[in-house]
Amino acid sequence: MLQIRWHSRAGQGAVTGAKALADVMARTGKYVQAYSVYGAEKRGAPMTAYDKIDDKPILDHSKWMQPDYVLVIDPSLVFQEEIVENTTDDTIFIVTSHLDKEDLIKMAPHLEGKKVYVIDAIKISQEEIGRAIPNTPMLGAFIKVSQIIPFEDFLVSIEDILSKFPRKIIDGNLRAIKRAYEEVK
Amino acid sequence: MALKYELKQKEVWDGNMAAAHALRQAQVDVVAAYPITPSTPIVQNYAQFLADGYVDGEFVMVESEHSAMSACVGAAAAGGRVATATSSQGYALMVEVLYQASGMRLPIVMTVVNRALASPLNIHGDHSDLYLGRDAGWIHLIANNPQEAYDMTLCAFKIGEDERVRLPVTTNQDGFLVSHTAQVVKPLDDDTAYKFIGEYKPKYPMLDTKNPVTYGAQTEEEWHFEHKANQHKALMDSPAVIKEVFDEFEKVSGRKYNLVETYKLDDADVALVLMGSAYETAMLAVDKAREEGIKVGLLMPRVFRPFPYNEVAQKLKNVKAIAALDRSMPMGTTGALYNEVAGALAANGQSAIMTNYIYGLGGRDTTVEHILEVIRETEKNAKAGKRVTDLQGFINLRGPKLSFN
Repeated sequence: MLQIRWHSRAGQGAVTGAKALADVMARTGKYVQAYSVYGAEKRGAPMTAYDKIDDKPILDHSKWMQPDYVLVIDPSLVFQEEIVENTTDDTIFIVTSHLDKEDLIKMAPHLEGKKVYVIDAIKISQEEIGRAIPNTPMLGAFIKVSQIIPFEDFLVSIEDILSKFPRKIIDGNLRAIKRAYEEVK
Repeated sequence: MALKYELKQKEVWDGNMAAAHALRQAQVDVVAAYPITPSTPIVQNYAQFLADGYVDGEFVMVESEHSAMSACVGAAAAGGRVATATSSQGYALMVEVLYQASGMRLPIVMTVVNRALASPLNIHGDHSDLYLGRDAGWIHLIANNPQEAYDMTLCAFKIGEDERVRLPVTTNQDGFLVSHTAQVVKPLDDDTAYKFIGEYKPKYPMLDTKNPVTYGAQTEEEWHFEHKANQHKALMDSPAVIKEVFDEFEKVSGRKYNLVETYKLDDADVALVLMGSAYETAMLAVDKAREEGIKVGLLMPRVFRPFPYNEVAQKLKNVKAIAALDRSMPMGTTGALYNEVAGALAANGQSAIMTNYIYGLGGRDTTVEHILEVIRETEKNAKAGKRVTDLQGFINLRGPKLSFN
């Protein structure tokens, strides 16, 4: 089972992102679970969202997981040690930051020795979508790093999932996803 | 005419979305509701379906849950198919009217998203609200995941509205763990779902003015007892209809439900009894325990009321030790599932060793490891041939160990 944990602030779209990823993977025949852990939270409070992806039905309804991937979509949460909780040496971190990897790890020593990829998902979403909603660019970066499905297939599914939005928003998201796919490192 | 909703063969829905689609497909005449976390999205999604033309019925906005259930009672007595949704404090506020609905034999369907009761205030899942409605005269069906939340809601209409039953039904799903967890759901198409439930057949509708009837009349000592006995008999007799509906549902969906669900119980020495999403988590614990050589299985009453006590006893007749896990604080005694199962065994002359565990209150996480620990403890009782563990334990409770004997 592939396990993914998102770190976000309420309102940045981690729940939507986790559900979109689950939807994409379900279309490939996988079983999925997407959920989040809320308090009675207000916009801006730190929160986590989760994806589980497997070849068989997912029965575990506990919140605990040992993530294979940690996706941090808020640049300030990168500096909180919670992002490394229950991770292993193999856990891959994809984090939003304007800093390059070396400078970031100096400022966030809990990431020392971890497998870290950096993407400036905030900047990309602001420039391409017009709002700081970094969830879809994070998905682009995740597909690149994980190679979990061919990027073209991902784009077809995500465009369909976004189809309830106006064309302008869909195009902005697709540009953001493609840019993140290219720029993650 | 309501528009048809284009559904994929496999959708990724959380339990709330699944329940909302089942309500839409049932083409309910009146939904009266007052949204409350974590069931709010059921009401919200349903209202959206109505606004978008997918529902022909009425949506009544009310000022409280007491009014919501009261409006449901009125609409059902008038002769309509009626449904609502609630959780926790909303459920608590409805309780007075829940008894009225069942006493008037109104087959209202209520999709409940189970949540803790204050105080302290908590929005997360446990079975306090389900247990609060235990004696209210409703049928209570349990769903462990979004697929089951959808399936049970469709079945609920067909069970409650059957002329041999005519009782209100709740469907129960765990707050957040099911209601806000998106999983793969295979829905029926709109026509198949509606055909399965069938046209609503009113019985003694108040709007049939040529045949005037009274609902909610007063009966004192000369008739009250007979009315309540009649109502109780309808509940006690309902398992036959519930089984029929589950069989018919299997024909249209391929998914089989039973009054009592079991997992690897046939050769088990040790059994855990629990219901809700933790039942599925416990399946993984059973698989692990069996790798350790512990012969353990699970049992879940799919139907919490009427409680299938003889079926429960029958399925547990070969086990040596049982742990009943309750997701609600029994406040001064052993948990409700423990009591029900112990009563079922006693009634059938069975004497497996029984213990009780309280878990998951207010959304407290219950993992495979936690349940594995309960299995290991329960096996000690099976091996010793007597109870050597505490009568009542608490799973994943912080602070010094708490137990009662």
